[in-house]
Amino acid sequence: MNLTESPIRDRIVKTIYQEAESITSRVVRRKKSVFDWDTKLDDILTSWWFGLPIMFLLLGLVFWLTIIGANYPSQLLAKILFWGQDQLSVIFQWFGAPQWLHDFFVLGVYRTVAWVVSVMLPPMAIFFPLFALLEDLGYLPRLAFNLDRLFKLAGAHGKQALTMCMGFGCNAAGVTACRIIESPRERLIAVLTNNFVPCNGRFPTLITLAFIFMGGLAGVGAASLTVAGIVMTGVAVTLLTAWFLSKTLLKGVPSTFALELSPYRLPQIGRTIIRSLLDRTVIILTRAVLVAAPAGGLVWVLANVRPGEHSILVQGAGLLQPLGKALGLDGFILLSFILGLPANEIVLPILLMSYLSVSSMVEPDNLLALKMLLVNGQGWTWLTALCTMLFSLLHFPCGTTLFTIWRETKSAKWTGLAIIIPFMVASMVCFAINWTIRTLGLI
Amino acid sequence: MCYSEDPEYTGAAVIALVGNPNTGKSTIFNALTGLSQHTGNWPGKTVLKAQGTYVFHGKKYVVVDLPGTYSLQSGSAEEQVAQDFLCGKRLQATVVVTDATCLERNLNLVLQVMEVTSRVIVCVNLIDEAQRKKIFIDLDCLSAELGVPVVATAARSGTGLEELKVKIEEISFKRIITNPRRLVYDPDIEEAVALIEQNLPGSVKEHFNPRWFALRLVEGNQSLLKEIEKLKWSAPCEPYRISYSGPDSKNHIPGS
Repeated sequence: MNLTESPIRDRIVKTIYQEAESITSRVVRRKKSVFDWDTKLDDILTSWWFGLPIMFLLLGLVFWLTIIGANYPSQLLAKILFWGQDQLSVIFQWFGAPQWLHDFFVLGVYRTVAWVVSVMLPPMAIFFPLFALLEDLGYLPRLAFNLDRLFKLAGAHGKQALTMCMGFGCNAAGVTACRIIESPRERLIAVLTNNFVPCNGRFPTLITLAFIFMGGLAGVGAASLTVAGIVMTGVAVTLLTAWFLSKTLLKGVPSTFALELSPYRLPQIGRTIIRSLLDRTVIILTRAVLVAAPAGGLVWVLANVRPGEHSILVQGAGLLQPLGKALGLDGFILLSFILGLPANEIVLPILLMSYLSVSSMVEPDNLLALKMLLVNGQGWTWLTALCTMLFSLLHFPCGTTLFTIWRETKSAKWTGLAIIIPFMVASMVCFAINWTIRTLGLI
Repeated sequence: MCYSEDPEYTGAAVIALVGNPNTGKSTIFNALTGLSQHTGNWPGKTVLKAQGTYVFHGKKYVVVDLPGTYSLQSGSAEEQVAQDFLCGKRLQATVVVTDATCLERNLNLVLQVMEVTSRVIVCVNLIDEAQRKKIFIDLDCLSAELGVPVVATAARSGTGLEELKVKIEEISFKRIITNPRRLVYDPDIEEAVALIEQNLPGSVKEHFNPRWFALRLVEGNQSLLKEIEKLKWSAPCEPYRISYSGPDSKNHIPGS
């Protein structure tokens, strides 16, 4: 359908526009406004020099508030939930339940759920309202505006920045949001690269690891800049991948579009916070718990069924160990990402459970104990943490997102590529970082 | 798409919300229906249409929030959703939500919607924002120019919503009959439109506003030609139409 080139259509549109203009002239009166805040603010927020640095700092600020704010409630929640685990054990004993039943439900299902809740809830309850406030202020279109020239250089569509913002909440929502991009070529690019925006399922992992491994060096500031840096890496990888795709599989030139810079509005702070708590936090947490409970049970079974000398979990991790090591990870980390396919939220809990099943360490009920488990028990270094964070950022979309990609593209080929491309990118980046740091002897 | 088949909605009046992106449609939708989708201050927030209900003066209304669109002509996904919905079905009323701070651009869509249906209410939203920016809109004059009711709202604070509900009621139950301004195109286009309009098959005239349909054909809209093929073979028997056919059903044609 090539309507845009029909001269008759142009004449019809012209008549409509003239009519609208003439009505407006009779109906609307405007006084020259005293001081135009919007324009002044836009000059700064979308300027060539300050636009991107301000974006980086704003993101950093949001993460800083999240990490600072989440730390204490996180520990408190962990204390309460693990106290609950002890009580649960008592109840099971009182009923005289067999040991395996107790272990399956308490050490498998309950423990995983408790970790998911204590690790995820506090950062989410702070991050989402903050992000919703930015959204209500009207910052997102400016962000898209800033990134537009970069996307154009990469051969992609400027509106992709908006779909990426949705991806912060949930990649599946981000993929659906790609419908706002008209051109099928650019929509596919946006769909295939949406995964490089860390969704809420991965933020807690990033924040926790950054806090443990990078926070130690220079406090919370360093940790939040690390997370902001990881997000920026995601943006950079998105642009590079988009560029690569538009030169190879999805050749073409970017189409032009008009982006409306909506007016700044003072957000209704109270309502926004409550809405984002109810709409996003509770719903997402519920979903995470629903996935975590069976996954926790499954991992417990894998960790305790021993066909040979070792459990299935250990055997699987052993198989993946060489690849994991090459990527700066280990077999257990890689296995957790694979087992965590249903939802990214459960990757870290699965990993901790796998480690616990092979080591005699006590359960980590706070971040310090968690660090002890990872560093002393499993030999993690800051490089392991960095590679895990990068792999988490880049690896492959979760099950829900893959289903959404299939639904949106109706194509097994593109859904397959949505797994393969990110996995290749993640492997290459982790391998390169690991190899460089080790070769340079920085660790 | 199937609000018509949902038994919950039989007997309810169906209202569509359309408007340019980021004019506050979703805020109006939430305010009317008491639902709470998250609204966002950026264009393109609503990709799928959302749907909710409210009861006013004992009558039930189904409100459908369509994705924001600048026009009803080109081929983007959201325009297609809005166009299909407005053109293909018969609505009791269509509320066009406009942004008071940039009315001119919004009026383009109002004029286009009025070509599809006469049962239009123009909602001038963000009126508080306009006052802040020292923009004054003569609402009575606008209503007279357009020939349809105009309501000023500030949806975030709830101003004007009661009046909007009253207008929706009046339009839905035909207590007021609108007289929408009709666009007159260049003489050669008008001539072609008249010729096509006369020769449209009856089934098309039943499903679409003939003038609007003829205009799109003059423009060279290929996808509508396929619609004709489809209509030839399908009897007009959607459940929705059965429950609403009667004296109302012919009256969606502007200028008739």
